[in-house]
Amino acid sequence: MNTTFTITRRVALKIAAGAVALGLAGPAAAETDFSGKTIEWIIPFSAGGGSDTWARFNAPLLSKYLPGNPVVVVVNEPGGGSTKGTNLFAARAKPDGLTILGTSGSTQFPYLLGDPRVRYEYKDWKIAMASPTGGVVYSSPELGLKGPEDIANLKDKDLVYASQGATSLDLVPLLGFRMMGFNVQHVFGFKGRGDGRLAFERGEVNIDYQTSSAYLKNVQPLVDAGQAVPLFSWGVLNEAGDVVRDPTFPDLPSFPEAYQMLTGNAPSGPDYDAYFAFFTAGFPAQKMVFLPKDTSDDIVATYQKAFEDMKADPEYQANAEAVLGTYEQVTGPLAQALFEKGTTIAPELRKQVVDMLADQYGVKLGE
Amino acid sequence: MVETLLSALGALLTFDHLLYMLIGVSVGLVIGVIPGLGGIAGLSLLMPFLYGMDEVAALAMLIGLVAVIPTSDTFSSVLMGIPGSSASQATVLDGFPLARQGQAARALSAAFISSMAGGIFGAVVLTGFVVVARPIILSFASAELFMLALFGLSMVAVLAGRSLAKGLAACCLGLIIGSIGGAPATGEFRMIFGFEYLYDGIPLVIVGLGFFAIPEIADLLRKNSAIASGNALGSGWFQGFRDWWRNLWLSMRCAGLGCIIGAIPGLGGSVVDWIAYGHAVQTVKKDPQFGQGDIRGVIAPESANNAMQGGALLPTMLFGIPGSGAMAVFLGGMVLLGIQPGPSMVGADLNITYSVIWSLALANVMGAGICLALAIPISRLTQIPFQRLAPFMIVLICFAAFQATRSLADLVALLALGVLGVLMKRFGWPRPALLIGYVLAPQAETYFYQALQFNGWSFLGRPGVIIIGLMTLASVFFGLRNRVDEHGQVVPNQDDAPDVPTLKAHLPQIGFAVAMAGLLVIALTDALKHDFLGKVFPLSVSIAGLAMLLVLIPQLVRGKTGHHAHFDGELTGEHVGQDGIGTLWGGLFWIGGLVGLTALIGFYAALLAFFPVFLIVRAKAGPVAVALMTAGAAGFILTLAWALSLNFPSGALQDLLDLPWPFR
Repeated sequence: MNTTFTITRRVALKIAAGAVALGLAGPAAAETDFSGKTIEWIIPFSAGGGSDTWARFNAPLLSKYLPGNPVVVVVNEPGGGSTKGTNLFAARAKPDGLTILGTSGSTQFPYLLGDPRVRYEYKDWKIAMASPTGGVVYSSPELGLKGPEDIANLKDKDLVYASQGATSLDLVPLLGFRMMGFNVQHVFGFKGRGDGRLAFERGEVNIDYQTSSAYLKNVQPLVDAGQAVPLFSWGVLNEAGDVVRDPTFPDLPSFPEAYQMLTGNAPSGPDYDAYFAFFTAGFPAQKMVFLPKDTSDDIVATYQKAFEDMKADPEYQANAEAVLGTYEQVTGPLAQALFEKGTTIAPELRKQVVDMLADQYGVKLGE
Repeated sequence: MVETLLSALGALLTFDHLLYMLIGVSVGLVIGVIPGLGGIAGLSLLMPFLYGMDEVAALAMLIGLVAVIPTSDTFSSVLMGIPGSSASQATVLDGFPLARQGQAARALSAAFISSMAGGIFGAVVLTGFVVVARPIILSFASAELFMLALFGLSMVAVLAGRSLAKGLAACCLGLIIGSIGGAPATGEFRMIFGFEYLYDGIPLVIVGLGFFAIPEIADLLRKNSAIASGNALGSGWFQGFRDWWRNLWLSMRCAGLGCIIGAIPGLGGSVVDWIAYGHAVQTVKKDPQFGQGDIRGVIAPESANNAMQGGALLPTMLFGIPGSGAMAVFLGGMVLLGIQPGPSMVGADLNITYSVIWSLALANVMGAGICLALAIPISRLTQIPFQRLAPFMIVLICFAAFQATRSLADLVALLALGVLGVLMKRFGWPRPALLIGYVLAPQAETYFYQALQFNGWSFLGRPGVIIIGLMTLASVFFGLRNRVDEHGQVVPNQDDAPDVPTLKAHLPQIGFAVAMAGLLVIALTDALKHDFLGKVFPLSVSIAGLAMLLVLIPQLVRGKTGHHAHFDGELTGEHVGQDGIGTLWGGLFWIGGLVGLTALIGFYAALLAFFPVFLIVRAKAGPVAVALMTAGAAGFILTLAWALSLNFPSGALQDLLDLPWPFR
């Protein structure tokens, strides 16, 4: 027994010494060959969530397509609703291309709302890739509608929605339903959209939305069985920055179309602008990969190319739908446009949303 | 269905799959043995390797890992009194006394056999249940989930200790700690006092380690002796097996309980061991010795926690709703493999579901077998003088603690709760009652609010609510009848506590009770600042807690000598009057030192300094031993950190200097 212990210790010591030596060697120079380097991909969420899965799906592909095939490790820095890890990235990351950040709608929302915990500035960073997502709103057939064309039936109904919280991604349906003039009771405290869907299946709520892949897998069977009625998709952004029908659901109206069906007018005005900012941050620009402030354009271009190249990889194509839903990850001008739209809100719109949340839902954004 | 079952089994029994499962099982065993590290850390360790693996093999590996953690975490629970993971906190209560009595072998073998039986039972139940599970799971709405949280809280009755007032006050404290952070209904941040760390609440692993591991380390460090007196392991391997066989019915009941609680999404698996333990205490009639080394106190939680893992797979696979942190990571793993959970898991993908279920059973057999084989070498640890073991334990516990949010604040929270834990142990405040309150606080509050929103007060008339309500009443009734105290005895409320008959000697425990009242007053004043929906829960809990203290404090001040409320380990503990007993604060002082040093120079550098200093000053070790042990620990932690790809918490030094990993 004793010998084994000693050997283990000796081996461990060697590993330790080796690792220390490795760490001390390798001064980081800004060059677009990453041979022998380790790239840290900061994910400000704990292991196992959507963002973590997304990063772990991309990491090996990124390693394969970046010049020099660096090791890409996903580093989880959870806490503070993703503000902690993001603050850390903003304070510590060097512009050498060896530290990147993956954000999500939950990182964008506190920034847009002016949460006091936010000490990062999106405008400092360079975007490498954006990963859009979409979702479909559906309701219970007990409300007496057959399909999207009957959406006006919902006007005078008491609707109940299972929400994760008024400052979470569920802010988008909250603002959307308000614009449509629906009478919705938001019940908070749900742990995720899956949890909300369960409440729908239990009959506790009668209106819900799911992101596209979850919708296809879990709600489509309900629709086929006559237990759910699809209403509209949130829609996707085209290159001009307009909301258009989601190509995954070509038969469903987008939110602006549904709004027009209800009211006869295209949505506009400050309410729509506020909705639009959070919608963009939550869906078309939901997940983004950033390089730190002052990163050279060469490095940014190298990353963009790697993200483009990986799309042809059979590994990517095999699993992309399960992880990403039905949407392509984008780079270049479209990513830049999504980035800008998803991280910008006029100060008066911010105030309007924050005041509304405080008045109507008792939400306070910390001290 | 039978055909699918057999083909799934066939695919599983090939050499490749068994090999991958063995890898998963081995990683799981190692992770389980390390105190504080559980399924989340283990799964994160394997995630990077999933890519490009065969579906069934990868699932076998993941399941192998998840399945055996509640088996191997028994080692540290039984041998050191430190819960190996949140799944075996209750095992400590009787397992550790057994080890100190030299019956570690009996306790361990009974635990491993129970774990295996629980795991297999879980798999058998799942095999049949999985096809009909959907409607049953869907019948648990917010109202029923709230009642289940109450049922869990009813276990406090049996774990409240000699003084019911003290036990309920401890439970209220737990509920208050559990309600720190965002309020479920309004998102208001409660009791954060300007600390960003508190926005998310205090993580479970910190609470578990702070209240259970640190007091034990502090206690063990007071004496310079090994954990086990005399024969470390004892004989009795077959004794353990016979014990389990004699209590087969209890083991099966607890496995059933574990399976059901695991399968209901939203309750969370971390109370399963306490519910099973409480159930054992409530139902065992023959010669109960709970708390002093009753083997049934080991069999019950160990049967339940492995079965729970099986149950927890159901909502994960059928609905994509993870029942626990570990299941969340498992879900991520499934998605990475291209498997989308959903109704198809009992339709087109039924073969995957069965391969998962049977992997679970196989892994449990593998895990229990390996644990039995490893038991003798691992148990030798209890013969090492504890002061040599202590630095490893302290470092490992800190390492486990900062897995939570990977910051220095984790360590500070651990230390603060550790101080509270040490004092609660000293003054006989039941820590299990606090833990149950802590774990169930968010569930109780959220589901109560949701049930009211969805149904109004008419939720009380739902049949499920009434059934669970009756179960809860029965549980309270049997619980109060069989109440056990912190150290064992089923309590008759007689005033025969070992005591010292002066008011002066009682001042420390009176002071502690007053301090706890102070904490509740702080919670109460904080609650008043919030909206109705944000304040109603902490407000009612703190008022209830204060009412309990209003009963307790006069009892402590005026109660006659030996009143059942009196307890102070420093007056009547078995160490009193012995030679060579260090101060109560020695262990905390060292842990505080490591945390303080981390604040200055970062965790890894602090570890490199802490180890030699501790070994030289406290353990009086020779230079060779110091060098070897420091290098061993440093290497081990480094390897683990590297495999988990994490950065250590940084200190003031790191703000000034840019250092390479692991000092970064």
